[in-house]
Amino acid sequence: MTTLPAISLAHPAALIAAVFTPWVALGIALLIGFFASYLTALSWADLTFVLPATAFGNVIVALFAHFWLHEAISLERWAGIALITLGVSFVAQGPSRTQHAEPLRENSTTEEPVAGEVLPR
Amino acid sequence: MMLTLPAAPVVATPSPWAAAAMIAVVVLTSTTGEVLTAAAMKSIGDLDVIRERSGLKGAIRSVVTCPLFFAGVFFLAVAFFSLLLALNHLNLSLVAPASASLTLVTNAIAGKIFLKENVDRRRWAAAVLVCVGVYLLAH
Repeated sequence: MTTLPAISLAHPAALIAAVFTPWVALGIALLIGFFASYLTALSWADLTFVLPATAFGNVIVALFAHFWLHEAISLERWAGIALITLGVSFVAQGPSRTQHAEPLRENSTTEEPVAGEVLPR
Repeated sequence: MMLTLPAAPVVATPSPWAAAAMIAVVVLTSTTGEVLTAAAMKSIGDLDVIRERSGLKGAIRSVVTCPLFFAGVFFLAVAFFSLLLALNHLNLSLVAPASASLTLVTNAIAGKIFLKENVDRRRWAAAVLVCVGVYLLAH
């Protein structure tokens, strides 16, 4: 977007034209892909499982910026990467979906119960 | 290599209360949007199963005919525009990490209350760790 001339609200047509710039169009297409995958994940997993897991994208962005764009990562940011990775590993060990009275997925009953987990009643 | 940006116009800095209110609006609207979207997807059921049964078109139809889904998207859109409004008045280095990290914790609370999700110790720990991590990374 920074390669385009500045867009003001007085000329909304410029904003619509920007949508068809190759890089912006690619970005929008990828965002639609993200939202479709996100909705699919929400259709079979809990929100409190999906959200921390998608936060791992922040780590990927930081690592891309470091190794591809050669941006410096401060000690504080490495600590952030470590905490997110630890948090995601915590949530990934648990069940992806809360078990309610009737099992919602047939194969969920075959999963081994983990200590501390609320078992299906 | 540093990009040279034009000097930002000097804007009166809002009071800490106004800043907190703007961030609170972003966090609350995005949490509402996330919870409504999650509730919609849970009511629709496993999209992979629906796609196997009635194809991609059927899966898309099942989503776009769900009113709850549009309520969720509406609140997510409101959250996006209130984020833009907050960025208009506050620094990106404050708004982005604060809203992204607080949303994780409010979603854990809302998921437990409204979606009746089993937020066990492991998930609380994950929400808090990721919250602090996102703050450190985006700060």
